[in-house]
Amino acid sequence: MADAADVMAPKIAYVRRRRREAAQVWTLDLEAGEGDRFAFAPGQFNMLTAFGVGEAAISLSGDPAEGSRLVHTIRAVGPVSSKLARLGPGDPVGLRGPFGAAWPIEEAAGHDVVIVAGGLGLAPLRPALYRLLAERSRYGQVVLLYGTRSPDEILFRREIETWRRRLDIDIEVTVDHAGADWRGHVGVVTNLIPRAAFDPLHAIALVCGPEIMMRFAIAALRDAGLGDEGIHLSMERNMKCAVSFCGHCQFGPVFICRDGPVFRCDRLRGLLALKEI
Amino acid sequence: MEGLEQVIREHAFFAGLDEGFCTLISGCARNVRFEAGQYLFHEGEPADQFYLIRHGRVSLGITAPGRGAVSFQTLGEGEIVGVSWLIPPYRWSYDAKALELTRAIAIDATCLRQKCEADHHLGYDMMKRFMAVLIQRLQATRLQILDVYGSHG
Repeated sequence: MADAADVMAPKIAYVRRRRREAAQVWTLDLEAGEGDRFAFAPGQFNMLTAFGVGEAAISLSGDPAEGSRLVHTIRAVGPVSSKLARLGPGDPVGLRGPFGAAWPIEEAAGHDVVIVAGGLGLAPLRPALYRLLAERSRYGQVVLLYGTRSPDEILFRREIETWRRRLDIDIEVTVDHAGADWRGHVGVVTNLIPRAAFDPLHAIALVCGPEIMMRFAIAALRDAGLGDEGIHLSMERNMKCAVSFCGHCQFGPVFICRDGPVFRCDRLRGLLALKEI
Repeated sequence: MEGLEQVIREHAFFAGLDEGFCTLISGCARNVRFEAGQYLFHEGEPADQFYLIRHGRVSLGITAPGRGAVSFQTLGEGEIVGVSWLIPPYRWSYDAKALELTRAIAIDATCLRQKCEADHHLGYDMMKRFMAVLIQRLQATRLQILDVYGSHG
């Protein structure tokens, strides 16, 4: 294992491409270095430095099979993420990672896989979808239920439309509100869970989104018959060091950076309802 | 009538319905269909019936000045459209529009309210079923109001 100084020292990567996904949401493709391959597992995150501003934990949102291209989808909300989201081709970025526990893609083999994503939560789930679809025959039903604010805030829209044309994945997208030109679902993403086709006795659910949405999604998945051991969620807290030195991301007895961000639901039993953490 | 009774008995909203109640409800029911774009009802109109969707999708919305029609919920097969028929003033507070060809059973509200008054067991059964829908929709509305996908989410 690398020593502490190594894991805290960022490498320099360069922005190769920047594209707008939605209002305030941008995807950056980074190049880690000439000829460098960067291995990561779906669900992991990197620490990205906007030089002169600061560092932030950003999920990897690209295809794990494309080792030379690091894709991050960023919502510009604070000083660091806003600066990162403004970077353009050729700009340098500090890069540490990958960090954290991954989605249980291997464990899901032979099971139905239900992905419940809310808003920007689709970004850390996209690498899992790439893996599931690349090895589609290893899984039962694959279902993506995605909820977001409005039709113009749907992430990866073109890709979702491409996936929808496949016959081996069920995709339902819902928005909180829409104008008259929207033909899809309107309502919260949890409404889609009772209608989804999966066998709760042989299913694994991957959930990522705002914490309130995840709490309700977990309840709906339980109502549908899934046990907590089959539900996995990606948590977000204030991650600073990413290697469990600083304690900023402590969540009860766990550190999100070291023990997560992906957790099996039974490991967090009771913690999600605790207001104090 | 036999056909309508069977459709009502098999509709998800009426799962486990007592046979006698099913016969009573069927006496207030008729088959309806709406083409894509056709309105089931408009805001402000009397809520004189509700609908069990058999097939298709319905959008609930409100027209807001400067924004046009804003949809806040869509409903599909196995769901019901309309709860305002149950409680005075029996008036719709939103528009309901078919997004695609929609087949439904329309239940005459005045007819069913009279039967509920005459048989409180039926009334209680209906109230429990509609209360579950109301709670679920209230819960969903809370999440929408919280705007969980916003920058503070």
